[in-house]
Amino acid sequence: MTLSATTDDRPRHAARAPRRRGPRASTGERLRGWASSTWFLLPALLLFFFFVLIPIFVAFYTSFFRWGGFGWPEDFTGLGNYRKLADDPVFRGDLWRGLLIIVFSIAVQLPIALGAAVLLNQRMRGRAVYRAIFFAPYILSEVIAGVLFGIIFLPGSGLADKIVEDLPLLGDLAGRWFADPDTALPTLFAVMTWKYFGFHMMIYLAGLQGIPTEVLEAAAIDGAGPWRRFRSVTLPLLGPTLRISVFLSVIGSLQLFDLVWVTTTGGPTHSTETMAVTMFQFGFKRYQMGYAGAISVVMFLICLVFSLLYQRYALRRDLQGAVTNAGGRR
Amino acid sequence: MRAGMRAGMARSLSRHTLVWVLGSFVVVPLLYAVISGFKTTGDLTADPLGLPHPWKVSNYTGILSSGDFWRQIANSVLIAVATTLITVAVSALAAFAFARYAFRGREFFFTLFAAGLMFPPAVAVLPLFVLLRSFGLLDNPLGIILPQAAFALPITIIILRSFFRTIPAELEEAAIMDGCTRLGFFWRILLPMARPALGTVSVLAIVTSWNNFFLPLLVLADPKWQTIPVGIQQFQGQYSTNYALVIAYIVLAMVPAIAFYAVAERQLIGGLTAGATKG
Repeated sequence: MTLSATTDDRPRHAARAPRRRGPRASTGERLRGWASSTWFLLPALLLFFFFVLIPIFVAFYTSFFRWGGFGWPEDFTGLGNYRKLADDPVFRGDLWRGLLIIVFSIAVQLPIALGAAVLLNQRMRGRAVYRAIFFAPYILSEVIAGVLFGIIFLPGSGLADKIVEDLPLLGDLAGRWFADPDTALPTLFAVMTWKYFGFHMMIYLAGLQGIPTEVLEAAAIDGAGPWRRFRSVTLPLLGPTLRISVFLSVIGSLQLFDLVWVTTTGGPTHSTETMAVTMFQFGFKRYQMGYAGAISVVMFLICLVFSLLYQRYALRRDLQGAVTNAGGRR
Repeated sequence: MRAGMRAGMARSLSRHTLVWVLGSFVVVPLLYAVISGFKTTGDLTADPLGLPHPWKVSNYTGILSSGDFWRQIANSVLIAVATTLITVAVSALAAFAFARYAFRGREFFFTLFAAGLMFPPAVAVLPLFVLLRSFGLLDNPLGIILPQAAFALPITIIILRSFFRTIPAELEEAAIMDGCTRLGFFWRILLPMARPALGTVSVLAIVTSWNNFFLPLLVLADPKWQTIPVGIQQFQGQYSTNYALVIAYIVLAMVPAIAFYAVAERQLIGGLTAGATKG
């Protein structure tokens, strides 16, 4: 997403900007240019400043206080909230579950999406309809999905129980689902897959359409079978798309809230709790706003560090003919 | 030849089977919801797979004749439209400056906005709540509209900027020669030309606003301004064991989203994939 934009546009700018401004532009002209550009930017800057930048600052500030959320924070504790956070088993669990969610998304959900994209990229009857259906869950709100699956997975009387009760392996799941700490997270994974795989499928389809058929035909003439063509041609050429999709998936997993809050509120016994849920619990149920602020800050830092590292090491490759390199290495 | 044909048919058959399996994974829950809305809760829990007997329409008609549902829809529409108008207007101006003018600090400001994409809204919810409370914007639609617009700026500016850059500079020079001001060029020539891109970003902003839950959950405690996702959650809390009625409520809440998807599929998918890939 922007990551690529911010980096890959820079050279173009450098080449363009001086030419545009030109050597002829007088100081007065340039000043006027700056003034009117500022007017164009001003509304966006104000909005961004008040509702994006200030909140980051507020989160940092409050995280250094013990604060119930009312009045001005006064009880300064320094890094106390962070120290407490590091020792909190629930928060440590959040990190672990966050990792599990990320791993699951990359290892299960994205391959399903890729499979669906490859299937629907072929000529077949009803392709547009299938595509529209697979994508449909994504446009429904998390709340709708959450409430619906909460009822589907009702222990004892839900649809899911009815479906699995007579099956050999899955029958064991009946009556558990979201109600059992051991099965709650996998059940959440299932709902996440339902909700999000269509979105990733759409991204992959857009990427697949960018692969020239000539390349695949050439590979076929050279004797590459379907699997070999997929592994050695399609997959490397899809690299940039895959990397973006992984990025979106990770950022989405790190801030997961809606779906969890509506289905389980993080339970049973924290088995589905995420960082955002813990933050909400402390901030708005227990009124420990300073502590919740510290959770916000940690979430922010994790996202930031991940984004920067990912941009540096994974997305950068997309800017220098990585496709051919990756293809050649195999 | 014959063997080839048979193999081709087998492959197409297995392909269709796979698509059907995946399709039923997606469709069965939705179909279940629509049908269950016609049941009584007793009927629903006793036989989740069966058809309703008899078909009961009062779940749906009861909700449709209640003021709450329509008020939530109206609130969601108002907030989505206002968010979109502000987002697109403000972003278009900024994208115009970023795309077409060189000025000191351009790279810095653009990077600043672009970095906003790395900043997930869930992180900002708590400080936003504190901030909105001190601005007196709790239980006020502006308390949702303005933050949503602010968080939509990065992606909107990026998409619009890359579109504006494709419009040749000669066009602007010609317009200026003919006595057009900068703002006049922007308003009368650039924006009409950018209609497809504006459509894409608008659709993106509408859907994001329509589905937003976390911030409205905190900010809109008063039912008067609650949007549909918050309304669903409230309704579920209120009728927690009347499953059939709750399902009817979410089915009705799906209708506007599905209808919008049907109308704006092209822009929606274009916007999401462009936002994800081109950025």
